[in-house]
Amino acid sequence: MNKHVQAFAVPMAAIVVFLLFWEALVWVNGWPTYKMAAPSDLPAAFERHWSLFLTMGWQTLWRTILGLLLAVIFGTILGMIMGFSRIMRDALYPLLVGFNAIPKATVVPIVALMFVGQHDFNTVLLAFMISFFPIAVSVSIGLSTLEPEYRDILRSLGASQATIFWKIALPKTLPEFFGALKVAVTLAFIGTNLMEIVSPHGRGLGALFDSGRTNSDFPLMFAVLIALAFLGIVLYYIVVALEKIFAGWAERAPG
Amino acid sequence: MENLIEIKGVRHAYRTDSGPLPVLDGLEIAVPEGGFVAVVGPSGCGKSTLTRLVAGLMKPDHGEVWLHGERVKGPRSTVGMAFQNPVLLEWRSILKNVLLPLEIVPSKLSKKEAEDRARMLLSLVGLEGFEDKRPSELSGGMRQRASLCRALIHQPEVLILDEPFGALDAFTREDLWQTMHKVKEREPFTGVLITHDLRESIFLADQVVVLSGRPAKTQYVLDIPRNAAPTLDDLYTTEAAEQLNILRHQIQVAQGRTTEGAT
Repeated sequence: MNKHVQAFAVPMAAIVVFLLFWEALVWVNGWPTYKMAAPSDLPAAFERHWSLFLTMGWQTLWRTILGLLLAVIFGTILGMIMGFSRIMRDALYPLLVGFNAIPKATVVPIVALMFVGQHDFNTVLLAFMISFFPIAVSVSIGLSTLEPEYRDILRSLGASQATIFWKIALPKTLPEFFGALKVAVTLAFIGTNLMEIVSPHGRGLGALFDSGRTNSDFPLMFAVLIALAFLGIVLYYIVVALEKIFAGWAERAPG
Repeated sequence: MENLIEIKGVRHAYRTDSGPLPVLDGLEIAVPEGGFVAVVGPSGCGKSTLTRLVAGLMKPDHGEVWLHGERVKGPRSTVGMAFQNPVLLEWRSILKNVLLPLEIVPSKLSKKEAEDRARMLLSLVGLEGFEDKRPSELSGGMRQRASLCRALIHQPEVLILDEPFGALDAFTREDLWQTMHKVKEREPFTGVLITHDLRESIFLADQVVVLSGRPAKTQYVLDIPRNAAPTLDDLYTTEAAEQLNILRHQIQVAQGRTTEGAT
């Protein structure tokens, strides 16, 4: 089989199999939609709220991306600080781990009270807070584990720390960075939706999910989940494409 | 003849949690221009510290390191380095890896001339046709050859080799020894070679310095008289056997000292 066809057809087939399994599960058990909606219930839900899905999906998407961008910038800077300075690493790690261990669902009401009514800001903030951790950790580990010889080949020629960072440390860290970014993408979605679902008068797919819940429109809730999964997959593969461009060298030729 | 490298009375200690750990104590090495010194000694005796001192990557507590009549105070672009780990950058082609030092060191060469020089060096070490390959596509010996080209691209006065062939198999190593002689004929340099391999030291160097166990001082210097580049057969003459015997004996003395010091 052609390699490109295979790369597309295999995951597609897996999705179809999964949907069939889901449909069968609901059908065999005779579950009503309030217990679990079947895939065949979803097209109707999508059709009914077509324009809502578009506008709310867009709201969720841009907030997630913005939060993720902030997480990349902040996480990279924090990772650099911890990667280059032993003292800063010792100082910041426990704080960072502690911060990450706090379930972000508990942060939602605090943030919502802190910045009342700033719904866009709050949502971006939560997406950011939940997703910068893996980026900071991966960058700091990438930089602090750089073998001294890599530094020495440039340092022995009189290169500055900045030159060593741009020419060696940064590109060498890229594979770890993209690995973390893939995790961060899905985390950022969780952050966005936590805020959208929990805070009153929310916007985005999370709010649409919540309105499905209050109206007992169960197929709508499941449709939102599918829409979220779809957006997650799209963003994930955008990251994969970026990884191919900037860190494609790290991928060994098969065989 | 003026000495290009001079190490005079160098003493150095690393600061550790359990107090200072002296690694060098009374090191004396002098290498004339165009000379090639091999430094051998028990492991952990401070040989790598020595390379970092010559490269200007660190300063000794006491004593002086001189390069070409100037005291070494920091890194200088007239030095080329190669390590046991070839440390090639995986995101660059072999050619771009070789060109790396010229991005740091000011050079009179145009881009075209620099590339031609890199290609010349690569073909000199037998890597013609591999210029556009990635490092991971090359074998260990080939990577080490590329690393050697990178160390030479900016025409350094001093080439520092820190166990460059240590991780290679015996046949590849012997191949590279011969390559080294070929390179030195074409691209003259003054060399410092750190090695564990006594045969390597007498094959490549014209002066072998034996260091004592830690803290290291110059224990013995053996001159290897040389008229032309040797062949591998020259390693199996009675003369070579005598040289190896002397060195082995000196190493044993050096190791004896470390155990005495430890008890």
